[in-house]
Amino acid sequence: MTGTNTADAATNADHDHGHGHVEVDSVTLSAELVEGASVASHDVAEYALWLGDDALIIAQQLGWWISRAPELEEDVALGNIGLDLLGHARSLLHYAGAESGRSEDDLAYWRDEPQFRSAHLFEQPNGDFAHTIARQFIAAHYLFELYTRLQASGDATLAAIAAKSVKEVDYHRDHSVQWILRLSLGTEESRRRMITALSDLWPYVEELFADEPLIDRLEGVAVRPSSLRQAFDDAIVPVLAEAELEVPRGFISSGGGRGGKHSENLGFILAEMQVLARAHPGASW
Amino acid sequence: MTLPSVARPRPVDEASRRAWDIAAQVVDPEIPVLTIEDLGVLRSVAVGEGGAVTVSLTPTYSGCPALEAMRDDVTSALRAAGYADVSVDLVLAPAWTTDWMSEEGKAKLQEYGIAAPTGHSSVRPSGAVRLQLAVKCPRCSSLNTRELARFGSTSCKALYECRDCLEPFDYFKVL
Repeated sequence: MTGTNTADAATNADHDHGHGHVEVDSVTLSAELVEGASVASHDVAEYALWLGDDALIIAQQLGWWISRAPELEEDVALGNIGLDLLGHARSLLHYAGAESGRSEDDLAYWRDEPQFRSAHLFEQPNGDFAHTIARQFIAAHYLFELYTRLQASGDATLAAIAAKSVKEVDYHRDHSVQWILRLSLGTEESRRRMITALSDLWPYVEELFADEPLIDRLEGVAVRPSSLRQAFDDAIVPVLAEAELEVPRGFISSGGGRGGKHSENLGFILAEMQVLARAHPGASW
Repeated sequence: MTLPSVARPRPVDEASRRAWDIAAQVVDPEIPVLTIEDLGVLRSVAVGEGGAVTVSLTPTYSGCPALEAMRDDVTSALRAAGYADVSVDLVLAPAWTTDWMSEEGKAKLQEYGIAAPTGHSSVRPSGAVRLQLAVKCPRCSSLNTRELARFGSTSCKALYECRDCLEPFDYFKVL
């Protein structure tokens, strides 16, 4: 995830048995993303973890497409979108970890499924290209509405991360809309797949807008998820209408991601993401 | 303390200015015609009483890996100039924008074969249509160009083609 690591040289040397030369970057980025901002309280750190895990898990999934997308431009697009989201994850996890003295790498590589706080949408499989586009469509519109409002957060660091991220997510939103239109109005086969993908992903929309007790404790700091729903619907309904698609109906996933309950998908994602760091603790590359 | 939202916040005191001018010469590893000052990535340089230098950089895009190379290059450049104690901070606020790119930087980009950002940064409200001004071909200056892919070889660029000279080219996106 990053070339820097806070592991100190002594700890590092202990791990360096038969793993070749392991080097820790001597210059680390500062602990503060916003000058003069304070360390997150326990609740704010938990909220940052939710948002950071959402971004991290979807970033990891998008990376899979590099060299596998339908065309070279899409390898590049999905790779770039993943990179932006990884950047958001780094900032959010960096902030989340400061309270407990854990680095962003520590949080990404050394937690197991029950400690992850991502919503279920983000761990849904890449599927075919239409599934990835449907997931992006939901995620980018949700994140855009969230970050737009989080810019006004009473927490200076969250506001700064949101102000940075919203401009990038705006591009991601456009990307997903172009593909929704192209696939749904393309061939019979592309339309069939787009419809299937949307109906497979839609059960995970609800969880994004569910208010949890943590939100009540963070009035003025967090954005109330339920307050985003209308704006989300207002943005996506016209796109689906233009694409001659219906808003899918059907079962609603029970969710549980914010409390650490996940589907089997997350374990596979983490296994791939964490294997190198766990095999070579303290390594940088 | 919030950093100023200006393109080139060159410090006022003499000692810090000297260090700024050294850091300002570091170039973007991917676009070596642009310095970090041209880009607006260099946000502050301060020399403390004991001679310790503190530098702030801001990322262009959140995930841009060039930032770490820039950070290392700033550290090396200042150490080579005799500053023993150098620390480089990452700051996110105010968020970087292409509006901070210098006119000189834009001219250098164009000459290098990358179309400079056209227009100003703004986030659209939900549902608004993105207005894209014509992008000028850096080779033949034609405005008859089209976007091939919004995401290009690096986070900050899109891929275009010129319909007159028929060459593809990179465009530095407005952010």
